[in-house]
Amino acid sequence: MGSSTRLDLLRLATAGSVDDGKSTLVGRLLYDTKSVLADTLDAVHRASVDKGLSTPDLSLLVDGLRSEREQGITIDVAYRYFATPNRSFVLADTPGHVQYTRNTVTGASTAQLAVLLVDARKGVLEQTRRHAAVLALLGVPRLVLAVNKIDLIDYDESTFEVIAKEFVDHATALGYPIGSVLSIPVSALVGDNVVDRSAHTPWYVGPTLLEHLETVPVEPDPHDAPFRFPVQYVIRTNTAEFTDYRGYAGQVAAGTVRPGDEVVVLPAGLRTTVERIDTPAGGLPEAEAGRSVTLVLADEIDISRGDLIAAAAGAPAAVDEFDATVAWLADKPLRPGARVLVKHGARTVQAIVGELSSRFDEQKLTSVPDPDSLGLNDIGRVRVRTAEPLPVDDYAVNRRTGAFLVIDAGDGSTLAAGLVGAGLQVLETDRGGTGGAQAPTGTPDLVSPGP
Amino acid sequence: MDPTTPITLATLDASPLDALDRLESEAVHIFREVAGEFDRPVILFSGGKDSTVLLHLAVKAFWPAPVPFPLLHVDTGHNLAEVIEFRDHTVERYGLRLVVASVQDFIDDGRLDERPDGTRNPLQTVPLLDSITSNKFDAVFGGGRRDEERARAKERIFSLRNAFGQWDPRRQRPELWNLYNGRHRAGEHVRVFPLSNWTELDVWRYIQRERIELPSIYFAHRREVFQRDGMWLTAGPWFGPRSDEPVQELTIRYRTVGDGSCTGAVLSEASDLDQVIAEVSASRLTERGATRADDRLSEAAMEDRKREGYF
Repeated sequence: MGSSTRLDLLRLATAGSVDDGKSTLVGRLLYDTKSVLADTLDAVHRASVDKGLSTPDLSLLVDGLRSEREQGITIDVAYRYFATPNRSFVLADTPGHVQYTRNTVTGASTAQLAVLLVDARKGVLEQTRRHAAVLALLGVPRLVLAVNKIDLIDYDESTFEVIAKEFVDHATALGYPIGSVLSIPVSALVGDNVVDRSAHTPWYVGPTLLEHLETVPVEPDPHDAPFRFPVQYVIRTNTAEFTDYRGYAGQVAAGTVRPGDEVVVLPAGLRTTVERIDTPAGGLPEAEAGRSVTLVLADEIDISRGDLIAAAAGAPAAVDEFDATVAWLADKPLRPGARVLVKHGARTVQAIVGELSSRFDEQKLTSVPDPDSLGLNDIGRVRVRTAEPLPVDDYAVNRRTGAFLVIDAGDGSTLAAGLVGAGLQVLETDRGGTGGAQAPTGTPDLVSPGP
Repeated sequence: MDPTTPITLATLDASPLDALDRLESEAVHIFREVAGEFDRPVILFSGGKDSTVLLHLAVKAFWPAPVPFPLLHVDTGHNLAEVIEFRDHTVERYGLRLVVASVQDFIDDGRLDERPDGTRNPLQTVPLLDSITSNKFDAVFGGGRRDEERARAKERIFSLRNAFGQWDPRRQRPELWNLYNGRHRAGEHVRVFPLSNWTELDVWRYIQRERIELPSIYFAHRREVFQRDGMWLTAGPWFGPRSDEPVQELTIRYRTVGDGSCTGAVLSEASDLDQVIAEVSASRLTERGATRADDRLSEAAMEDRKREGYF
């Protein structure tokens, strides 16, 4: 292992409204952590001069595509990498204005933490509340509110406090426990409290954004949850050394597995025990969520790609009909009765999206019953029927085995992000106080930890 | 890892996953998804460090069975001998099949014209696409990383290409959780980038941790070089020097492997992995900026080449 130190990995996403300065914040984070190298910086300096700017436009570090630079907007999710001595970061930078649901859902699906930006002059906007609701729905366990452009309100503490309180109240209503949300006064342009502590905010005693990212606990994958292992591939070989070898390759999606554990193979329902956990470097005494391994089982039973190996105690039921929340990501609208493909774990099956029971109204933060269709960026509650049974978990319990893709059977495009169960009440919790809104239909679902 | 190593009965310690473990696990997962969903995958293999790491991960993903895909090398003909030797040695060691798409063949029979500057990296696209079509490859693994360049930062791990091999950045599929969508129509193919989330430093640390063998050109050695456009190029039969470019013997190493006429070496004393990692950590230049003339051509050089079907 040499002298290399152990580094954690934190996956985070950013989200913000138009002109909140998100690209500048991400640029600042890269710039101040010295993750931007001299030649890249030279290119940004040249481009900034070409645009007639006197200081480097840090947003140019992250707007990667020509059309983005030409239009001065961010179109697509971009991935950024930076590291400190203790932690590596994978940052999904999600644009706030164009197709916000599509991009936020994409970035949030794997994030362990999300940074939401607001403009200190404008405070918490409707879009901020919607972003937070989508992040809660996707189960992102921690939030940071970066109150940006704090320099433009003369570093006024009371304004910051008002914004922070309003946001934390909203996040709490969405199900975020106390301590999982932090508000930080920053100026991405000047650099206040991003990496370096600002001299202008003596009243702020919390960590800078980077300090927080470096020290916030990395939520472990749910190790103590019941074991889940989607079989991706059957490894077979027959050599002198490995006679009739048959191993099941996959990544532990939840829980921990040990040799001797009793497991059930779904959807068939056959039981056996785990004989070995193989890796090329040797057998493992246990494999926890997040690890890719190969399982060798005690009995020879028929298992193929798409099956799920689960703890015999606490296995999910294989169902061919379930309620789900979908975030519709395609131009072509969803209509009741649509024939699609559903990819869950390593299995892709034919499915019919039956009734659409409600659509989340972004403006009123309430749900509208019985919509005719779901359009691009709509989030709605649907009933899914599948041609073969799927061993699903509730998304609120497991972000891996509760998630599925909706795929167009014709052109293969990804139509929607699907969350088994995942009540829309999460989104309805905050209703903006407008009259005539219907009463909440239930308590907010708790978000699950871990990616 | 030596594929002939017998299975160890000793069990390993269980320790929580660190950053490299997570990146490895993600890459292995991606390899297995492709093996499960595609008919004819292929791994792009140049003998460079990224594709060598890629192959190492593929070996781990399917062990103890052999890697179920062939390798494809798009050969510019402007190679350093050490790299080709390493390529052939590696292919033999793992018992794999190597398909070579030769830029030289395309130039010889007139399907491609040599560029005035002699640079052949941009000429790789046509032989690559031709080989994908004629071999009916439907998934093509590449060692591309998102930290390399800002157009790459927006590319998906599964990147759909049309029948012309083109990338359309505005019509990319959303990539959700670790559920990859490999659906494609006849004639289309998917480029797959298992190292998407790795940085250059991650690659080096992983090479060290796994004791992965690399071509010797990655470590400091004496070489006859000449300077062009601020880069140190190997004096060789194809790309110079011109009469106004004096040859010197210097201690250099390569940070990337590419077409010899546009891939430069850097002055370096880093002769082992520890020193290389220290050097990469302290470097103030990106590996492409330091060593690839073709990426310097324009602000959007990579984006343009990717749209045309480049790696």
